Amino acid sequence: MIPRATPPPPTATGVVFEARKLRKVYHTGELDVVALHGVDLELNAGELVCLLGASGSGKSTLLNILGGLDVPTSGELIYKGWQLDGSREETLTLFRRNCVGFVFQFYNLIPSLTARENVALITGISLDPMTSEEALEMVGLGARMDHFPSQLSGGEQQRVAIARAIAKRPEVLLCDEPTGALDVTTGITVLEAVERINRELGTLTVVITHNAVMSEMADRVLYLSDGKIVNSHRNETRLPASQLKW
Amino acid sequence: MFFNAFIIALREIRRNLTRAFLTVVGIVIGVAAVVTMVTLGRGATEVVKAQISNIGSNLLILRPGQGWGHSGAPMFNKSDLRTIKDQVPGIHALAPFVNTNVPAVHLDNVRNTDIQGTTSNYFEIANWKIAMGRFFTDAEVLEGASVCVIGETIRKELFGKGVDPIGGKIRCKGMSVVVVGVTAVKGQGGFGDDLDDNIIVPYTTLQRRLTGQAKKDNINQIMISGETGYPTANIVADVSSLMRERRGLTHNEENNFSVFDSLQLADAISSSTRVMTSLLGWVAGVSLLVGGIGIMNIMLVSVTERTREIGIRLAIGARAREVLLQFLVEAVTLSCVGGVTGIALAYVFCSLGAEAVGAPFLFDPKINLIAFVFSAAIGIIFGFMPARRAASLDPIEALRHE
Repeated sequence: MIPRATPPPPTATGVVFEARKLRKVYHTGELDVVALHGVDLELNAGELVCLLGASGSGKSTLLNILGGLDVPTSGELIYKGWQLDGSREETLTLFRRNCVGFVFQFYNLIPSLTARENVALITGISLDPMTSEEALEMVGLGARMDHFPSQLSGGEQQRVAIARAIAKRPEVLLCDEPTGALDVTTGITVLEAVERINRELGTLTVVITHNAVMSEMADRVLYLSDGKIVNSHRNETRLPASQLKW
Repeated sequence: MFFNAFIIALREIRRNLTRAFLTVVGIVIGVAAVVTMVTLGRGATEVVKAQISNIGSNLLILRPGQGWGHSGAPMFNKSDLRTIKDQVPGIHALAPFVNTNVPAVHLDNVRNTDIQGTTSNYFEIANWKIAMGRFFTDAEVLEGASVCVIGETIRKELFGKGVDPIGGKIRCKGMSVVVVGVTAVKGQGGFGDDLDDNIIVPYTTLQRRLTGQAKKDNINQIMISGETGYPTANIVADVSSLMRERRGLTHNEENNFSVFDSLQLADAISSSTRVMTSLLGWVAGVSLLVGGIGIMNIMLVSVTERTREIGIRLAIGARAREVLLQFLVEAVTLSCVGGVTGIALAYVFCSLGAEAVGAPFLFDPKINLIAFVFSAAIGIIFGFMPARRAASLDPIEALRHE
């Protein structure tokens, strides 16, 4: 399929991602490491999905492929009818720029830029962004906009990273262990921010975690092991992040 | 986007100020050297031109032999003088020139100086101006009068500063002459000689009473000034042809005289100064290239250090060319900062250097602009490779970088 320069417009409901037999093999010297063994999944608009699994189960690989950071070795990945597998790098860049927000475990802020400027990195290049101020207000950092990362706590830095991810009004928010480097209280604050984005913006949110407790705040939980989805279940009710305890 | 890249570049420079300083030292030295060399070179050329024009800008000198030494070649005589005047077109004026070096004495003051014998035409030909008194006249030349016109150096050395020497007597060996005029200060000649250190007397007086060459009728040199607008090269050719004929030289024989054209001399000296200036400019340019390599080195280090940052930018959707632009802007900003600092430093060097060598400080915006553009170009050229390396990083690998 010929890649399109601009992504499809966001929709409030329906299937966002559709993966069929996704397979990812890393070639390291003479060894082939199979990270994903034919993953099938569907992710819907507005869902909050938790990916649970041990280290090396393929969670991050799956997340990176969903976010256009990596490409599958084989299989099909469709984003709202737009075939991502086999797309050119330029197309994937546009996909990342306009459709996907990433939140990493270690914040990944640029140390020489203030919170506002870190967020402005994305507002300066995406199609229909909110302002840096709006994004920072949404994560409760309206008063710390002109602080540098070194002047912020871990939780605050992660919230800046969330603000940066959502400033582009993404269709998808992908969080790779967003609380992995934080204490419980701070972690919950960050999860509240993620929950709020999902609820208020209707953003499909995928959260990777080792922590089974966190799955209680999700609509759906996917269990990964050895590069395969081995189990999944849907929560009857979502527990608010503020009520999580671990 | 470009403005943001520039702001980030400034931040990065501020964050690593010492490193940035050390990085741009090469560019600073290169730009400062190029601008200083070229500016001082131009000043020196102007000085030489001015000095040549002090001698007489439209002046031709007919001398015996080739080069500055006559090495036994026959001298000129009054007949040569007359024939040149009558037969060569384009001549405005000409004058004989005889000189000797003897001690000049006034009271207790002695100075070994150049006693020059000539006619009144010489003052016009050699562009002399009178500061006090008068030049001697044609009548005084004819009668071989004991009069002289002295330069400012002689006035100071023999009469003392501020003393009116007009009417004063100077003794040169057996000849005693009365000062009738003092020439206006000329300063240095094209070869650094003092043009004001001389005593000018009628050539007849010099021949009869000092050198004893009256019977021989020898004339050391003939000074010729061309008519304004008439090509001096034509006069040189005509005079040469006439003198070869008068001296009976066959076509196989070389000239036993030479004609110096002050314009050609000025051009030759100017062009050699220009060559030296451009040579030094090129040497300085090499240090600019070395500075550029320094920038490339530091930018490569910077790319390695900021691999994670590059990964973040690429992950959130920055295009490779935007990352390339960021690093390129940083390299160019660094080199431009170096360029501006180099120009400022060159300004200081030029003003100090011009004072030290006695050349004028000719500030030329064009040279400064060229040096600045060149430094920016160095930034682009040497910054491109590191920037390209940054832009071609794999976002996942870059994010994993510790």
